[in-house]
Amino acid sequence: MSDHHHKETFVTKYVFSQDHKMIAKQYLITGIVMGVIGVFMSMLFRLQLAYPEQSFSIIEAFLGRSGEGGVMTPDMYLSLVTIHGTIMVFFVLTAGLSGTFSNLLIPLQIGARDMASGFLNMISYWLFFLSSVVMVLSLFVETGPASAGWTIYPPLSALPQAIAGSGLGMTLWLVSMAIFIASSLLGALNYIVTVLNLRTLGMKMTRLPLTIWAFFVTAIIGVVSFPVLLSAALLLIFDRSFGTSFYLSDIFISGEVLHYKGGSPILFEHLFWFLGHPEVYIVLLPALGITSEIIATNSRKPIFGYRAMVMSIIAIAFLSTIVWGHHMFVTGMNPFLGSVFTFTTLLIAIPSAVKGFNYITTLWKGNLQLNPAMLFSIGLVSTFITGGLTGLILGDSALDINVHDTYFVVAHFHLVMGISAIFGMFAGVYHWFPKLYGRMMNKDLGYLHFWITAIAAYGVFFPMHFVGLAGLPRRYYNNTAFPIFDDLMEINVVMTVFAIIGGLAQIIFLANFFFSISKGKKAPQNPWRSNTLEWTTPVEHMHGNWPGEIPAVHRWAYDYSKTDENGELWGGQDFTPQVLPIRDGEEEF
Amino acid sequence: MKALLFIIIFVAIAVACWQFVKLLGLTKVEDQTATERENNINGWLMLALMAFIYGLMIYSMYGAKDMLLPQLSASAEGYHIDILFKISMTLILVVQFILQFLIYYFTFKYRGVKGRKAYFFADSHKLEIIWTVIPTIVLAGLIIYGLWTWNQVMDSSDAENPLIVELYAKQFQWEARYSGADNELGNASVRMIEGTNTMGVDMSDKNASDDIPLMVGEGKFVKELHLPKGRKVIFKLRSQDVLHSAYMPHFRAQMNCVPGMVTEMAFTPTVTTAEMRLNDDTKAKFEHINKIRTEKGEEAVEFDYLLLCNKICGSSHYNMQLKIVVDEEADFNKWIAGQKTFAQLNN
Repeated sequence: MSDHHHKETFVTKYVFSQDHKMIAKQYLITGIVMGVIGVFMSMLFRLQLAYPEQSFSIIEAFLGRSGEGGVMTPDMYLSLVTIHGTIMVFFVLTAGLSGTFSNLLIPLQIGARDMASGFLNMISYWLFFLSSVVMVLSLFVETGPASAGWTIYPPLSALPQAIAGSGLGMTLWLVSMAIFIASSLLGALNYIVTVLNLRTLGMKMTRLPLTIWAFFVTAIIGVVSFPVLLSAALLLIFDRSFGTSFYLSDIFISGEVLHYKGGSPILFEHLFWFLGHPEVYIVLLPALGITSEIIATNSRKPIFGYRAMVMSIIAIAFLSTIVWGHHMFVTGMNPFLGSVFTFTTLLIAIPSAVKGFNYITTLWKGNLQLNPAMLFSIGLVSTFITGGLTGLILGDSALDINVHDTYFVVAHFHLVMGISAIFGMFAGVYHWFPKLYGRMMNKDLGYLHFWITAIAAYGVFFPMHFVGLAGLPRRYYNNTAFPIFDDLMEINVVMTVFAIIGGLAQIIFLANFFFSISKGKKAPQNPWRSNTLEWTTPVEHMHGNWPGEIPAVHRWAYDYSKTDENGELWGGQDFTPQVLPIRDGEEEF
Repeated sequence: MKALLFIIIFVAIAVACWQFVKLLGLTKVEDQTATERENNINGWLMLALMAFIYGLMIYSMYGAKDMLLPQLSASAEGYHIDILFKISMTLILVVQFILQFLIYYFTFKYRGVKGRKAYFFADSHKLEIIWTVIPTIVLAGLIIYGLWTWNQVMDSSDAENPLIVELYAKQFQWEARYSGADNELGNASVRMIEGTNTMGVDMSDKNASDDIPLMVGEGKFVKELHLPKGRKVIFKLRSQDVLHSAYMPHFRAQMNCVPGMVTEMAFTPTVTTAEMRLNDDTKAKFEHINKIRTEKGEEAVEFDYLLLCNKICGSSHYNMQLKIVVDEEADFNKWIAGQKTFAQLNN
């Protein structure tokens, strides 16, 4: 371990750091910056949807030529939804969430000095940073950023004649995503190797906290599916730049027939969703892992059904790789394949239901400490169920026909993966802030943040289901072209008002976060009275995490409120850290 | 520059938030997990959130009543879909009401009290088997019924004398072609698009001459697509440029149009436009719409079936539509007899 004590310069400590804790912070800050951009975009296009013909100086101020007179152009609207989707799914909820917490918690919770390869870890972050820079740069190109939807289906994404955003903007999008995928693969490989090899003495796989299980399995599905998106993107680059016909065939546009022959856009859809669907769980599983930990700690109770939770994480991960076709029921895919995908898709409801019930049972008869992290975790369980249930409609091929690509879908996935995952991320930040920065976040601001955000989230996305059931397709610049949607205007305004309130409420979080880094109260050793290993490390960060030996682990992470044979709490306190040996007469769970 | 001003305002709000809370928090004793008072307040607020969610659900359902598509499906296939939809939706709502109640009620009931011991309850095979087996049984039912419905909708192989219609999608309009007397569409390819032959139909194909096109030149749009009530319509879908999706919400029908291939969907219209205009749901919806339109000074509209594009296809994706008219079969035959075939057009 001697190499952990060499002299640090400013650059090696804060910029090209190989320390997992610093890298976690870098991921988090980059994720937050990208999140601000993504959420801000959504506020702009919500304004457009609620007040299609009105002029807003904020739109002109930020969109320039594409928002001349305070009204955005249709192309700009499509760009905004495209980049909002891309940024939120990949840059915030994949890199920002998984990158932050996998990096911070894997070594700390399994008892390792650092990741298996600190160097790869550093490269992984800087590739992510680079891809963020490219994505942000793409917002400023002359023909506008990518605007074919975050799913970038060709031919629209392949032909600059079809939409202006498919010019340089799309090229930069593809370059950015290719770099992003490289980053996420390096990260994921590192997580897998670290979890398998660097666990401390006594940290059996069956004693791992559920956070680690979630990060571990997430990394595996990332490694399995991200390369497929990379190949999809590469083939698209070939079609765009080198005249190949992987996805294109028989196209007549701008008055001429293009030379493409024999390709199929459906191939792209298959490749895209082979990542795209597991991606939902790449986003969600870490949030569920974080929630499991926080709910158990703050209920002062063990998580209910630890083994079932692990099994359902694995089952969800496995199933998630064989359900991608449910995004393609109406693409012209063979109806028999549709039946198969309906079957596998609806199966996912079983492990998901088990997780939901287990969370609820964990709350039952607990002694709930309702701090901001706990509120966000409970909020996650609530939105996960609300959003997840409508999956029964969308996963059923026959029912999907009429709600496919309508606002019903938008409502569904925003609740089940967007809001749920972002709640998980907030919960994680509130809970592990003391471990990240050695200080506490302000609790009152945390409460305020939760209450406004939770109400706004439901206020935006619950009514949205009904807009979808009224038949309104998503990605419409406005709905005034159809008289039959005239009566949706009122509800559109309601959703926009909630969206803006919810968006502005994030300023509370940002204020709390950035001020607490330097001005927060100093954190105690174990602020949440938690069992896991990370709370045995010094509050001030040090390279190598533990000053002396790495502690050995003697029990699982969830011995909360465990009693002895007389019904008294062991040692008079309601938690038993993993480092404490099994006592005389105690049965290990 | 104005953008900068907005950013400065946001930052100022952030600073204000922090300063304000710091003033409030000066005298507070910090308990790092949560004080009893905080647990109490937030426990009650969680109940309030539950009330808000229930309220929002009821409000949305009630408020959306007139907004939704007419309950009556305009196609025979849609009837099956609607039954499955109602079953699934009922199930979802029941589960949603129960589970949300449990989450928020437990949060409220077990909000932390100093000195109370949580119940160490780590496992129960019985419970876990119950909530694995029950969802499995329910889902098995849903899957089987869903697949049966899917086959009803997608399988049009046994249709007797179906009407074959081609829908042709391009940025940003629809064209159509009826298969004519022989009920077979002539071949077509984008490579044959030339002059007035905007759909690229192969005029040398013997099946083409009796095809009846609904196509128009530059800057004009096809006005309406007619369909007969009670006869199965098989749609052959093609696209000229990018992905489009033919979405007919009233018929519960949708299928993508994919360049380079022909996709297919089928349904039997069961309600004519005139009948649908008399439907109670439709009347309520259009009364509402026309009230809004009058307030805005726009003219009143009548119900019509619609074909919408439902796959992002470019700038004017939001306005790629075609009116559909469902006629009694006799009226339809009269209408189609008045349309020109390629043979008649080319002479």
